[in-house]
Amino acid sequence: METLSVSKKVIPITNYQIPKKIQIENLNLKIGKKHILKDISVSVPKNKITVILGPSGCGKTTLLKSMNRLTDMYPDMEVTGKICIDDEDILHSGTDVTNIRKRMGLLSQRPYPLPMSIYKNIAYGLKISGRRKKRFLEKRIRHYLIQASLWDEVKDRLREPASSLSIGQQQRLCLARGLAVDPDIILADEPTSALDPISSQEIEKKFLELKNGYTIVMVTHVLRQAARIADYVIFMYLGEVIEQGPAYEFFNNPKTEITRAYLRGSIN
Amino acid sequence: MKGIILSRKIKNKLNATWMTIWTVFIFFIPLLLTAGLILKSSILLKDHSFFNLVTSSIWKPLSGEFGFLPFIISSLLVTVLALLIAGPVCLLSAIHLTQYANRYILQIMQPVIDILAGLPSVIYGVWGIIIIVPFISEKIAPLFGIQTSGYTIISGALVLSVMIIPFILNILLDIFNAIPKELQEASLSLGASQWYTIKFVLIKKAFPGVVSAMGLGLSRAFGETIAVLMVVGNVASIPKGIFQPGYPLPALIANNYGEMLSIPLYDSALMLAALFLLILVIAFNLISRLLIIRYEKRFA
Amino acid sequence: MKRGSLNKYYLRKISLKAEEIFFRATMLFSSCIIIFILLLIIYSILQKGLPSLSIDMLTQTPKGGFYFGKEGGILNAIIGSIYLSLGATSLAFIIGLPVALFMNIWLSHKKKLVNSFRFILDLLWGIPSIVYGAFGFTVMIYFGIKASLIGGIVVVSLFILPIMIRAIDEGLKSSSVGLIEASYSLGSTKTETAFKVMMKQCLPCIITAVLLSFGRSIGDAASVLFTTGFTDHIPTSLTQPTATLPLSIFFQLSSPIPEVKSRAYAAALVLTVIILIISLSSRLFTIKYKKNRINF
Repeated sequence: METLSVSKKVIPITNYQIPKKIQIENLNLKIGKKHILKDISVSVPKNKITVILGPSGCGKTTLLKSMNRLTDMYPDMEVTGKICIDDEDILHSGTDVTNIRKRMGLLSQRPYPLPMSIYKNIAYGLKISGRRKKRFLEKRIRHYLIQASLWDEVKDRLREPASSLSIGQQQRLCLARGLAVDPDIILADEPTSALDPISSQEIEKKFLELKNGYTIVMVTHVLRQAARIADYVIFMYLGEVIEQGPAYEFFNNPKTEITRAYLRGSIN
Repeated sequence: MKGIILSRKIKNKLNATWMTIWTVFIFFIPLLLTAGLILKSSILLKDHSFFNLVTSSIWKPLSGEFGFLPFIISSLLVTVLALLIAGPVCLLSAIHLTQYANRYILQIMQPVIDILAGLPSVIYGVWGIIIIVPFISEKIAPLFGIQTSGYTIISGALVLSVMIIPFILNILLDIFNAIPKELQEASLSLGASQWYTIKFVLIKKAFPGVVSAMGLGLSRAFGETIAVLMVVGNVASIPKGIFQPGYPLPALIANNYGEMLSIPLYDSALMLAALFLLILVIAFNLISRLLIIRYEKRFA
Repeated sequence: MKRGSLNKYYLRKISLKAEEIFFRATMLFSSCIIIFILLLIIYSILQKGLPSLSIDMLTQTPKGGFYFGKEGGILNAIIGSIYLSLGATSLAFIIGLPVALFMNIWLSHKKKLVNSFRFILDLLWGIPSIVYGAFGFTVMIYFGIKASLIGGIVVVSLFILPIMIRAIDEGLKSSSVGLIEASYSLGSTKTETAFKVMMKQCLPCIITAVLLSFGRSIGDAASVLFTTGFTDHIPTSLTQPTATLPLSIFFQLSSPIPEVKSRAYAAALVLTVIILIISLSSRLFTIKYKKNRINF
């Protein structure tokens, strides 16, 4: 159990004292007759790393994508319930969905750079927000590439296609691209699953740095990774939330039998 | 027991042998075709220069003059026009079906595309004669102040465009469906609207695939025979406009081959036309398919 | 942001929205027009074909020559087409099935070779049928064979062979390597694996391939134009010329005599109905097939 001990957090964070960023109430999601998410009610604390844990196929990714309303892309999906971000219900509000999405950066399992140059990948989001001045763009692009610790590697080849980067670099580019639209939330769907150990570490390190300015929600099925970086854990199993709470309590004092079985490694 | 195993092994060996033979045989079909056609058309090429044949517009086979220009121009006109009509329709419909359409339209469209792809060329020809030809001669041509029988280049192009729609559309649907959903999700999560994503990401990503789909459509259209032959008019002179009759290469072969075998040069000229067709179609196919393969490799 | 650029931003957003609405409308229109064209084709064939259709039309051969005779029907073409397509499809099947199995079982570890073979088949598929027809006829003349049923069968089977192989191949390709290995591990030879295991697993897809090839062979006119010829009679041997539905439409439609033309329309209707049946039944097969298939 040595790897699972949460060494850095000496003081256990108690759930109720922290301001909440995302609050989900009674979220249900169905595709036809399949019930993918069953009555989900969770809250995500502000400026912390929240990890959604669970065996594969339990609806983690779907939950993450519904926060971003990417579920709109699939007309078969039927979503009911409430997802509040800063007390605004994004499922039912009249706000333009693009404005909702702009507040959240997304990192997916594999990096998906847009089919354009490195420079344009980052300028893409800025241009959508109406920022088109060249000097401004260049400054911002440099800033975000530095923030994603990619600047030194790519500063001389900004005009090359993004697909020429290594996969680890691509994932950091996707991070920079996401940061460039100035979100306050980062959604990450197993962002390190396609990466080598060193690139994975870099992403994890980045997340720990970024959590002061951003609320990070990350899906993973790697227990050790969750233990390394999570402040708060949501544990899902078969479309339901089994347990949620501060990471310290989750790992050291699990409340349900399923969680204990999962932590032992007998569910996967 | 041993005997059974042995006979099984022999059977296995035998099967492998004759399957290899068939497979090799199929490898040889295109070579055989090309070699045969070259052999046959060499009779004409012996005393006519290739350049003259392609640039001359005088077609008098009985006095030994074979100018292919009218046929080449007709073929190009009909196919390019057909692609200009079918291409945008297919592209728009493919984006609609993969990005916007709900389940009901998809359920209708799938069998529609299947049936359109399965309908024989001659049925399209009949439809062309019943609907397109009168439509051109009575409705469209008078708009431009032209009198025509309706058996024109544009009729051929219209019929042909309908014929290649299911062909191109099927390829385009595959191409758009192959683009990972996550790429669109990435763009959407940056605050782009669906249309912005389609315009700046999806089409850009699909572009090489779209070009090859069009190339394949063009080569399919180029070899189409009966349907075009039935509506295009078949007059052996260079068409001066799209409301003039034309005479594409496949129609030339279909109309004359078989009856003119007593004149060796004529026979040879028609074989040269078939060789043109074969080479052009294979070249177009080759380029388009290689493009698709390269594109798939790059984005896989 | 400054006020001016803010205005520009909203202006841009609105123009993008307008663009989207415009293109969505044209996209919907494109899809609808494709459906409309199919309906129009079927409508025009029905409208001309139904009045011409009668029992006599389907049960008699043309009387007094197909081009001039006003009496009789299209039985010669119906029977001829069925003979030709059955023959060509069986021939293509006999060659095509082993080749497809060979590609996926014997050559399953030579990916590059198989892929280049697929590439050649796709190229062959693209060659216009008129080229096959003209080439086939030249070869037939060289060997002194006249336009005949057997000539047509051979040429058409060559023409549908790539379609047949690729269609079966697509089905075999998608069934898993695990199945082949499981069969080997039970001690089967490659031949047994191919014909007993793989064929059963892919039976629905093989049927679809056969239907597809049959549809192609019954509908193509350019490849049979010279090779099978045309006749008023129902052939009694493989060496006789044979009438086919596409040619019956093509020749008789150009006649000035209305009775002859109506034979063409009737033939068009019969051919369309055959194609519709093939299309729909192969669709039913693939749907059923997907439901019953065991996924590994």
